[in-house]
Amino acid sequence: MPLRIPRIAPSEITDERHFWDRRSWLAAVGGAVGAAAAGPALLSAMGPGRRGGGADDDKPTPYDSITGYNNFYEFSTDKEEVKPLAARFRTRPWTVRVEGAVRRPRTWDLDELLRGFTAEERIYRHRCVEAWSMVVPWNGIPLAQVIRRLDPTPAAKYVEFTTLLDPAQMPGQRSGILPWPYVEALRLDEAMHPLTLLVTGIYGRPIPPQNGAPLRLVVPWKYGFKGAKSIVRIRFLERQPATTWALAVPNEYGFYANVNPTVDHPRWSQARERRIGEFGRRPTLMFNGYAEQVASLYGGMDLRVNF
Amino acid sequence: MRWWGVFALAAVPGVRLVYRAFWGDLGPDPLVTLEHGTGFWAFVLLIVTLSITPLRRLTGWNQVIKLRKMLGLWSAAYAVAHVTIYATLDQGLDWPSIWADALEHRRIYLGAATLVILLALAATSPNVMVRRLGKRWGTLHRLIYLAVVLALFHYALTQKLDVREPLLWGGVVTLLLGLRAWWGWRKFRDSPSRG
Repeated sequence: MPLRIPRIAPSEITDERHFWDRRSWLAAVGGAVGAAAAGPALLSAMGPGRRGGGADDDKPTPYDSITGYNNFYEFSTDKEEVKPLAARFRTRPWTVRVEGAVRRPRTWDLDELLRGFTAEERIYRHRCVEAWSMVVPWNGIPLAQVIRRLDPTPAAKYVEFTTLLDPAQMPGQRSGILPWPYVEALRLDEAMHPLTLLVTGIYGRPIPPQNGAPLRLVVPWKYGFKGAKSIVRIRFLERQPATTWALAVPNEYGFYANVNPTVDHPRWSQARERRIGEFGRRPTLMFNGYAEQVASLYGGMDLRVNF
Repeated sequence: MRWWGVFALAAVPGVRLVYRAFWGDLGPDPLVTLEHGTGFWAFVLLIVTLSITPLRRLTGWNQVIKLRKMLGLWSAAYAVAHVTIYATLDQGLDWPSIWADALEHRRIYLGAATLVILLALAATSPNVMVRRLGKRWGTLHRLIYLAVVLALFHYALTQKLDVREPLLWGGVVTLLLGLRAWWGWRKFRDSPSRG
């Protein structure tokens, strides 16, 4: 059965520069100043496009927002501090150690690992566990293709991704807020799913360091934290490994972390989300809107227990 | 003169947010910039308000007490702006969602309780209310100690993991409340009627 990759019309990308329409923004602010106490007047002043749009209104988020608002604790817990702190991060030469249940464990030079593959453009919704979201035009290679090149043995049931550990370059790693290095993992069938991407670019440009250069994982139906950044090790395992956030705060973050509007984070609701740059909230979609493609991976599982 | 200087200084963060909003310079997530900006300054001004009495006792600078009411009202004003932004720009005046948010999440009901206290204190701050309430005024306004503790936990619960800043502010709150507890105990110990 051919899988339909859900697409957000690429023609919409040209809207990037015009996304921040100064006039509608000024109208919103004028409304805010004039009617600070009168909420309804304020909302009506915001005009279309500034409010949380419908669930199917998926304009790509501007490049500057995608690359200027980053959860990358290896650099900083302040989303707008990551970009300046990552500015001089070295992404070449870069090697990826492949080990565990593979026929030939070895260290790959990144360019060698990716040689022969063509990066595809995939415009995906990106949903953070903090209840905000973006629409990102990623460029990347389906992880399944890379896994076939790495040649795991039949014993492999999970794939684990490890982020670079380098406190000299990553100041956030000098604090003990998370156990470093960052580790994330997928079940092998999730990793082999055609939507799962190893990303090398954004908006047709090489991915910048603050977004996880030179190589990061993107799993669009899961919360953003599953997407390990700046990957230096890929390990195939027989058992489910411990992953960083689930290890640090087990009651708040699970291994699966599938986007699910019906299972709240203990401290906030996951039923709705705010698109970055917009006010208001829109409903969050089951599996981030990719249920048709991925729901079958979780048949018979209690998603409340396996959150 | 000095009173107006402090008044203007307390307005600066709010004016700055409006200015940045006007020029579309609130960063990638304008909502969070506005929501956190107003919430942060409501909290900081509450701390500053609570520092006035210790400052007066420790320095003997009695005039400073004239600033206390104004600073407390500024804190309440930022808190009102904060909650208005949450209810309108963030939640879109979706009352069922706001209600559910407040009932289910500690962070929200701690914040709501803080707002109720600040509004009650602001409403009873005019001199005529001070006179009318008499002794009860002082008792009522001790609720500011509860408000600052609630606000601290409300703030700490917004942090996903990194609680270094809330811990720092927790130290400041502990110091300010601890000083009062210490003075209160000394007064009790030294009072001649005791025993």
